[in-house]
Amino acid sequence: MSILEVQNVNKSFGGLKALQNVNLKVEEGTIHAIIGPNGAGKSTLLNCLVGKLTPDTGSVTFDGVSLLGKKPYEINQTGVSRVFQTPEIFGDLTVYENVLIPCFGKRDGSFEMNALMSVNSQKDIRAKAEQMLEDVNMADKREMRASSLSRGDKRRLEMAMCLAQDPKLLLLDEPTAGMARADTNNTIALLAEIQERRHITMAVIEHDMHVVFSLAQRISVLAQGTVIVEDLPENIKGHPKVKEAYLGGAH
Amino acid sequence: MFGLNKKDSILMIAVAALALLAPFILNIFPNDSALAFFNAGYPDLMQRFVIFGIFAIGFNLLFGLTGYLSFGHAAFLGVGSYAAVWMFKLLNYNVVPAIVLSIVVAAAFSLVIGYISLRRSGIYFSILTLAFAQMMFVTAYSDLLGRWLGITLTNGETGLQVYNDDPQILLGNGPNVPHLFGLEMRAKEVWDIGPWEFTLPVGYYLCAVLMLASFYLAIRIFRSPFGLMLRAIKSNQTRLNYTGLNSKPYTLAVFVISGMYAGLAGGLLACMDPLAGAERMQWTASGEVVIMTILGGAGTLIGPILGSGAIKYLENVFSKLNEGLLHDWFGFMPDGLEGALVWVVSKFTGEGWHLTLGGLFMLVIIFLPGGLVEGGNKIRSWIQNRTGRGSPPADTASTPAE
Ligand SMILES: Nc1ncnc2c1ncn2[C@@H]1O[C@H](COP(=O)(O)OP(=O)(O)OP(=O)(O)O)[C@@H](O)[C@H]1O
Ligand SMILES: [Mg+2]
Repeated sequence: MSILEVQNVNKSFGGLKALQNVNLKVEEGTIHAIIGPNGAGKSTLLNCLVGKLTPDTGSVTFDGVSLLGKKPYEINQTGVSRVFQTPEIFGDLTVYENVLIPCFGKRDGSFEMNALMSVNSQKDIRAKAEQMLEDVNMADKREMRASSLSRGDKRRLEMAMCLAQDPKLLLLDEPTAGMARADTNNTIALLAEIQERRHITMAVIEHDMHVVFSLAQRISVLAQGTVIVEDLPENIKGHPKVKEAYLGGAH
Repeated sequence: MFGLNKKDSILMIAVAALALLAPFILNIFPNDSALAFFNAGYPDLMQRFVIFGIFAIGFNLLFGLTGYLSFGHAAFLGVGSYAAVWMFKLLNYNVVPAIVLSIVVAAAFSLVIGYISLRRSGIYFSILTLAFAQMMFVTAYSDLLGRWLGITLTNGETGLQVYNDDPQILLGNGPNVPHLFGLEMRAKEVWDIGPWEFTLPVGYYLCAVLMLASFYLAIRIFRSPFGLMLRAIKSNQTRLNYTGLNSKPYTLAVFVISGMYAGLAGGLLACMDPLAGAERMQWTASGEVVIMTILGGAGTLIGPILGSGAIKYLENVFSKLNEGLLHDWFGFMPDGLEGALVWVVSKFTGEGWHLTLGGLFMLVIIFLPGGLVEGGNKIRSWIQNRTGRGSPPADTASTPAE
């Protein structure tokens, strides 16, 4: 059963048609990769899913509910979390505090709190935040200011923040960009494990083909705003249309 | 202790000790010494220290934590004063109902103004709060609302005060000045110890206790998940939205809390001197609390108290300085030089005090953007380096909630 269904979505910026009749179905519990050359419209598609942009026409349905017209925080409350291409983290706070925020937040958008209790008195929430940091191998950077992290670490932190929410669908925009090889491999292992253990559905935009082919169960190829192919990974490798799109987009 | 960690407990105890011993500390110079000029242990001045401390602590909850710069906070202070005087006029001079009403009225005003102003952020938010405050100032200054209702509400530019024919239905035989269940605010104990003279005013101690309570509450808010959330609002609202959290209710909540602090400060001003005037709501008064908070260190716990203390103290010293005193001080110099120096310095004292304040503010913003707290941290790590007590703590200056 598909948990996310995008049908005939169009989005233009002035005269530029960034998305044209885009269709996408993500099956529950799978990892679906979205690839394509720079400027193909991949991030725009995610923006239309999370409420940052509204499609001009078309429909977006998640878990049986339409996401169109909902505010970003309302969409998140339905269970969609996103890791951004440019990391969106709380730069002024410490790494640990960054993870605490989604741990305090509840699915309905309320914040587990009363104004006078101390952050430190919440044992279970602290334990969860610490576990999230362990999961992404960042426990040693706990007290660092998030803005001073490397780009790869920022993204791993953002991933921990999203995972802390127990999302039903995790959208990742180039999760390994800016990471060293070893961290990229750790991230692949982390995502694979999460999908296996927690059955979180994921849609991943990625340029690194090693990552794509290690993780994806299905791949959509986007070029100039349209989905040109959608198939199993083994059929995508060496697909003539895909080769053409990448070569055509290269100059 | 009391739900505070060790560091915060020490800070709380230090502030409490300073506040309770202020009448002695601030009159450290013997009464007839030349330095007695720099004493500040007078009831009026000490009361202003702690009252404006409350105002700045509350302002810092909003500005320091969320980054929303309100440029109209004096409006809440003003309505607090009016509310308190109205309690004196209607009931009696007991300060308890006056203080309670001033907080409640300020909360109501800040709820409405906050609800509307928080629809925008950044400079637009500041402009909206400024516009509201100026509208309230004009309304109070010309008593527009009162005239429209056909009553005296703010008494216009004369200011609101208590008259003999006011109802004062609970007055009975009670005192004819503000009091706490009979204990008059203006009462004081004067201790002569050797060449020293110390004044212990009742009004000051009431304000000081309320300031300590406000400070304690502020620490608790800083350290709570609510405080964490507010700092997250300042840091990155986009991430907050994509974390399923709508920041509006939290920002509004802290706006109202901070308005209530201002209302309390306004109420206390009226309790110390049962008068309320529109000038308390003017934009310069709103600007002053911004300056106090930034000068002390926005977003730090102790900053607003240091800032308000420093400004009120310097204001007192500089506006008291007159040419006669300056001639005394520079008298040892050759005549021409003396005259020139006095001429220059006198431009920055008395009426010219605001020039000094402006200059001081610029120096702090340029060289110490973290305010006095940052200055203190710099000195501390400098001393630690000099005495070779290991390396300075990793990020003294950058810990946002010191
Ligand atoms: N907010 C916007 N306003 C105007 N044009 C935009 C906007 N966002 C994206 N575009 C344009 O839409 C097209 C698709 O951009 P998008 O960011 O979706 O590409 P992408 O596939 O994510 O590329 P990359 O791999 O470089 O991240 C680009 O030509 C881009 O310039
Ligand atoms: Mg992109």
